[in-house]
This record gives sequence, C-alpha cells and structure tokens, in this order.
Amino acid sequence: MNSYDTIVIGAGHNGLICAAYLAKQGQRVLVLEASAAPGGLASAREFHPGFKASVAHTISHFSPRVVEDLQLQSHGYQPAIAPLPTIGLNLDGEHVVIGVDGVTGVSDDDKSSYLRYRAAMQKFARALEPFWMKTMPRIGNNSPGEMLTFGQLGLRLRRLGKEDMLEFLRVATLPMRDLMDEYFDNKHLQAALSWDGLVGSKLAPRSPNSAVFALLYRMLGDHNGGHAIPGTGIEGLINALLNAATAAGAQVRLNAPVTKICISQSEDGQQATGVELADGEKITATRIVSCADPQRTFLQLVGARYLEIEFANRIQRLRCEGYVAKLHLALGDVPSFVGVDRPDGRMIIASEPDALEFAFDDAKYGAASENPVMELVIPSLQDASMAPAGQHVLSANVMYVPASPKGGWTDAARSALLERLLTTLERHAPGLRELVLHAELLTPHDLESLHHVTGGHWHHTEFAVDQLLMMRPTYEAAQYGTPIPGLYLCGAGSHPGGGLMGGPGFNAAHEILK
Amino acid sequence: MTSEAIAHNDPFAGERLKHSHFHERQAPMNLRDAWSSWNGFKFADYYYDAEYEYFCIRNTCATYGICPMQKYMISGPDAVAMLDRMVTRDVSKLKVDRVTYVCWCTDEGRMVDDGTIFRLGEDRFMLTCGSPCLAWLRKSCLGFDDLSVEDMTERYAALSLQGPTSCATLLTMGLDGIENLKPFGVMHFPFNDASLMVSRTGFTGDLGYELWIDPSQAIAMWDALYAAGEHHGIHPYGEAATNMARLEAGFIMPDMEFSEALKTIHFQHDQTPFELNLGWLVDFKKPHFNGRRALLEERDRGPRYTLTKLDIEGNKPAEGAILYSGKRCSKEIGYITSAMWSPSVKANIALAMVETSMLDREIWAEIYYQKELRYYRKVARCEVKDKPFWAPARARATPPPAF
Repeated sequence: MNSYDTIVIGAGHNGLICAAYLAKQGQRVLVLEASAAPGGLASAREFHPGFKASVAHTISHFSPRVVEDLQLQSHGYQPAIAPLPTIGLNLDGEHVVIGVDGVTGVSDDDKSSYLRYRAAMQKFARALEPFWMKTMPRIGNNSPGEMLTFGQLGLRLRRLGKEDMLEFLRVATLPMRDLMDEYFDNKHLQAALSWDGLVGSKLAPRSPNSAVFALLYRMLGDHNGGHAIPGTGIEGLINALLNAATAAGAQVRLNAPVTKICISQSEDGQQATGVELADGEKITATRIVSCADPQRTFLQLVGARYLEIEFANRIQRLRCEGYVAKLHLALGDVPSFVGVDRPDGRMIIASEPDALEFAFDDAKYGAASENPVMELVIPSLQDASMAPAGQHVLSANVMYVPASPKGGWTDAARSALLERLLTTLERHAPGLRELVLHAELLTPHDLESLHHVTGGHWHHTEFAVDQLLMMRPTYEAAQYGTPIPGLYLCGAGSHPGGGLMGGPGFNAAHEILK
Repeated sequence: MTSEAIAHNDPFAGERLKHSHFHERQAPMNLRDAWSSWNGFKFADYYYDAEYEYFCIRNTCATYGICPMQKYMISGPDAVAMLDRMVTRDVSKLKVDRVTYVCWCTDEGRMVDDGTIFRLGEDRFMLTCGSPCLAWLRKSCLGFDDLSVEDMTERYAALSLQGPTSCATLLTMGLDGIENLKPFGVMHFPFNDASLMVSRTGFTGDLGYELWIDPSQAIAMWDALYAAGEHHGIHPYGEAATNMARLEAGFIMPDMEFSEALKTIHFQHDQTPFELNLGWLVDFKKPHFNGRRALLEERDRGPRYTLTKLDIEGNKPAEGAILYSGKRCSKEIGYITSAMWSPSVKANIALAMVETSMLDREIWAEIYYQKELRYYRKVARCEVKDKPFWAPARARATPPPAF
C-alpha cells in the first residue's frame, strides 16, 4: 500500500493550494520542494544580509475564493487594504498616476477616456471571471458537463448585450497599442496601461495575441486589477498557504528535489506510481501531481519515451522562454524619485509604447535592451521585515531580457545590463547609486536555475491564445489529468495560467476530487 | 543516381524524375515507355503488357524495382525501444536476420503507414515503407538519445524477385542454401566485393525474395540474375502487375485501401488498423506504444468499418462501386477500394470497406462498366471471403518446390 494518496511536486503557491484542498478532503498528501523555501517564484530570499526579496513582488489577481476556502487570513495572510497607485514615471516629474478610480497627470479627455476604458475592461473581466476557476471542456468530448461550460461561456458573453459582446470579440486579440490609441493620447499613460497586458509574455505593444486576455485575467481579485503588497508581504501569503496545507494534514518537505516521476508499465498499460529524489530515495503514491512546468514535467521528470509521439512533440514545442529579468537592490535609505513624494507606488519606467516596442525588438534578436523598461516597487515601505530598520529594498521587473541572449549570459553581459539598469534608475532617482549596498540581477536564465522553471518563464509557458484555455498547456493535458494515468498537472502551465492567482492548483484539486 | 538531364543548362534539372540504380537495364526493356513515378523516381507502370507481367509473377518469375521504396537504418542502444514505442507490434521479439510486417499510428490510433522492419543486428534495424517517413521518425526519436536514423533509400539497390521459379533462379545464380531460407528470413551472400542481402519477402503473396546490394554492384547483380533466370522465364514487371498480385493476396495499398493519417485533411478520413483488418498487428501486451489508448477504445467499441475481401458475382470488376444492403440499393453500407477480375482465381474479386455491423447480411455492389463508350449498370451480389484469394502452398514451403 502506498504511504501517500498524492505527491505534489513543487511547493509553489499552486502546489500548496492543490495540496491543501486534497488534504482537507482527507487525502494523505506529501509536497516535495527542491528549494530551501516554499513559494517558487513567490518565495522570499535573502539576497543580501538582512535584505529579502521575492521574484513576484506584488499581488493583483490572487483568487478570493482560495483565500476564503483555505481560511488564509486565519493562517496569517493580511490582504492589502488598498492597491498601490501605478505611476508612469516622467523625467520632468510630471507623472501619470493611475488608480482604479481615476488617473491624474493627463488631459481631461484622457481622464474621461480612462473611466470609459475601465468600465469596458471591467465588464469584460467580469464576463470571463467564472471561467478561470473552472476546468475547461475537452474538445470532442461532448459530455453534458463540458457542454454546459461551453454554453455558460457563450451565455456570459451574450449577456453582455450585442454591442459589448461585439466589442469584446473585437478587442480580445487586439494589440495593446491599438487599444491604447483608441482611448488615449498621453504616451506615458498608454505605456503604463500596456504593461500589465505584456509583462511576462513574449509580446510587445504591437503584437496581436493575448495581451488583452492577460490584462483581463489580471483584473480578477480584490482590487480589480490594482497591484498590492499584502501586510505581511508576499512571504505572508506563501506562509499562510504553507500553514493551511500543513494544518489540513499535508506534509511539506523542503530541499527534496524530485529527479524522476516513476512510471510502471504492464499489460494494463502505464501508471504513475511515485517519484525518485536526487539522493535516490523513492516514494510511492496513488497519484503524482506536478506543479513543475509542463516541459520539465513531461520531458525531464517523465521522459518523452513514455509519452505518445505527437503529444511529446507538442510539449517540446511549447514556448517557454522568459523575457523578464529581476533586479534587487539593497538600499541604505529611501531613494527619492523626481517629482514623487514617497515612492510607495508601483512605478513604471517606459515613456511611450514605442519604448516598450523597441526594447522588445532588441530582445527578440537576442540582446538585452539598450533602453530597458521596468516596473519597480519598494516593498520594504509596505513590509518592514524585508530590510533592516531604516534601510530598503528596490525590486524591479525588467523587460525585455532574453533567457538566452547571443553569446550567453557572460559576466560582461550581466554587468553591462546591470550598469544600464542603474543608469536608467539614476536618471529618475538622482543619488540612488550612492544608496546601493548590494545589487542582484536575475536574468531569466538565473530564474530557471534558481527556481527550476524552464526558460525562467513566469507563466511556465507562454500565455498566448494557442496555449490558453482548453489548449493549455496543450490538448490531452488541458484538464489537469495527463495521458499517463495517475499523473496530473497543477502549475502555471495549466489553465488559467501564471501569476500569483491559484487557479491551476484549485482546478487541479477539484478535478482530482471529482 | 544518374539523371538523363544533368545537362547544366536544363532549367528543370531539379524537377526531373531520378533514375533508379537499375535504370540502365530497365529502360531498354520498357518497350512501351510506360513510366510513372514513385517518390521522385522514374518508375515503370508496365514494361510490355501488365497482364503478361502478372502471369510471369504467377507462372515463372519476375523482377520489380524497389529502389524508390523508403529505407531507414535505425541503429544504437535505443533503437529497439524507439521502434517498439512507434509501431504497434512487439519489435523486441524480432530475432536478428528476421523481418516483420508492421504498421504505425498517430496518437489517435490512425494509421500513418505500414512497412517492414528488418532486424540486422541486436541494435540495428532497417525500416522500409512506401512513403517518406523521416519526419515522423525524427519526431518518434524525441526522448531516445542513443540512436541514429539514416535515410538509406538511395544507398541500397533493391530488387524484388517474385514467382514460382524465383528460388530456382537464385540457386542457378549460385546462392547456395537459399532454398532453406524461411519466409521473413534474411541471408547474406558474398557478391563480387559486396555483400548481397536476400530476404524472403515480397508484395505478391507468392514465393518470392527481395535482393539488397550496394549500388556499385547493381548492374552486375542484375546481369547475374537475368543470366540465371533466362531459362526460368524472368521478366521485369511494373506497378500495374504488382497491384493485381497484391490484391489477390489481400494486401493493402496506400491511397487505395487507406489514406496515410498525416496526409488527410478531413477528420477521420484515415483509418485505424482495426478498420483495415490489421488488428493482429496490434499487441496490447506491450505497455506502451503510439496510439495504444485510442486503439484500446477502438478494439472495445469495434471499428465502424472493416476492410473485407469480396467475391462478386459475374465478371465485371467493381472498381469504385458503392455497396448496399439490398439489391434495390437503398441503404449504403460501404465502398469498394480495389477490384479486378482475377485470372488465377477465376473470380471477380475486390477489397471493400464495409460497415462492420452489416458484414453478416447481404451485400450488393452497384457496378458501372463500359462497353465501347457506353456505360451500363449492374447490381451484383457479394460474398465475404475470410482467406486471401491467392495463397499458394509454395509461398510458405521451405524448401520451395524445385523447377
């Protein structure tokens, strides 16, 4: 008899959520995490003595349903009271400040356009909302339950009314640039609003595909798309998930890297029966749930030879190259940004959509941009535990930085990029360089080795229309079960996708418990 | 390969059909210049007369060039595992110097192609098939690192020798011991400076062999074979006679009985092995092979259509005929895939896709035939046959009867 009903590979937030739901239903669950801390890309790391940072530095669309079901607040999670304002930094200090209810620093026309824009996006986001926390129907399987989901989606869209439905269908795959041009004149505003549609994907403002979808996806949650830092930081959320899982009875083992998913083969076919750890230990379970990305799960942990030919090749062709680097600065004091009273918002350095576009052009030909664009926060202003008293952490998402640039990530390439980032920051916050006690630059390549995620990709695999919904990560594995009996997926590579959201872990657990 | 259009000022040089290794000998014998093509090679439809060539296959012996057939060498420690996962049959059971007939399917269990696998060493296999398969092989190799796949198509000169006097011809040629070669076996003989590989395989359902040699020896081998066969009635045959012989043997032909799954446009215009009556090739004792899950479902559900051998009343070949459940032709139940008047069996034979549930009922074919430009219609009763139309004992006998 197996010692466990379920082994979850990876204690990322989705792995912990899946484990918690399963354990709550009485399953004996073991979570195996390769790193020393839970949380995956949201785990807090000390990058300099006394200074901590996590790759995910804000929360925008974490599922309220999960918070409630797992009683995360009683496990120590303190949701932020208000979202951070988004500040489009302007070198002359005339910033664009975007809140959920309005925008300042732009013309009156843009101000009223923003309200129209918010209302439209809000309506579309609400129409899609029920589908993120649901298993997508399997194409070709016309069972009543699956047809119902299709029907509901159609009905939700139809209930938008004819005009709004047509508008939704029109804008759904529109490039951000076109959407922005339709509404706004102010270039800073256009760039700052585009950011959330593009970040984490291989998409520029002029790329048609999934930017609007990504935007609507991120508009779920408590703050309607606003980004927030919880009271106890991102770390507080991860700890609450860990506590919820262990309180429900799940065991979580850290520093336990899984190197292989064991597949038994007999005349009855195949079955996932357990895992093997790096030190050779073998653990069996009735089912294995992988929170690792699909390529790592299927091609490395399982092995393509255990899969079918076309399926294995589809997994191989998933687009998994991350384009976001992470910059962590340990600062001796609060930096001062030109024209900003207190830098406690989410600041975006991208002066116009073309600044994003040209940075992307550099990256797509294999170079980190000469003129990097970034989104930065000073999380220690919200969560004092992240830095020693009086000192601070600057945390920045830098687009577009390729995982494998031409010539590779040599020391020279790294320091050149770091230098460009510091120069860019210094322009907006004169004197910042002198405050820097330590700088850490994590390229997508570093994120891959640090967090065991292919390509260092935030979403495990590109959040794009051909890899979304019932196509995520690819058909035959889009309903959390896989072609191998006993093997499931529960990570960001599954529907609905990445970011600190929790949908994949939630949906996978419900699929398993069906 | 030589080409008649190597002239460097030929603007269509890259478009010309290639010549097989035996072309030098085949071309003068193609009295009717009846060429068609196969995989980019100039290929005889017939040489003199299709029926005459057919009778050579059945009564003496005849040669068929198989240079255009695709040949892949798969070698290395992972070769057996890779092939075993790709095809539906258990390749690990195949012994060295033995050949097996196989098919392979998509993930959905639809047939990509059929062919043969030769085990030439513990870790060395040759896969042959009618259509290029390299892309599928490369995809199939994902996850199997310790092997190599080489396209050997143009690096073998290969010739099929079929018919009752084929063994006698090879003996006359000096291949001592060939009479002991069992069906699907392989033997190797020295030939000049090269090694001549002979397999007891073919596509006619009759006694027959296939000869494989380095292209440098192609013409020498041809000459030795034709000298030996002179008094055994040797003659070249083309595609038309092959098609007659294989239909009598009940063998399937791509683009006749099945559409290769990777080439169909419409969903399910391709077939499963069960529909093609090749369920015996599918070994569910193997834990894993491509299409296993889908094929298991298909086996349990039963295929909607089954490829069936029909003996049709009268003598009008039922080419392209639609099948019905009654003489009034009101309910369609299938269609003819290949049909002919069989001279050896003296019967009006056909292969047909018939709805499985209708197999034990009456089957009627609506045949259109032509007499001096005018079409006539005939509705003929069909009888289901379980055994191949043509399966002479000599095809299996070892040693085969002497001549």
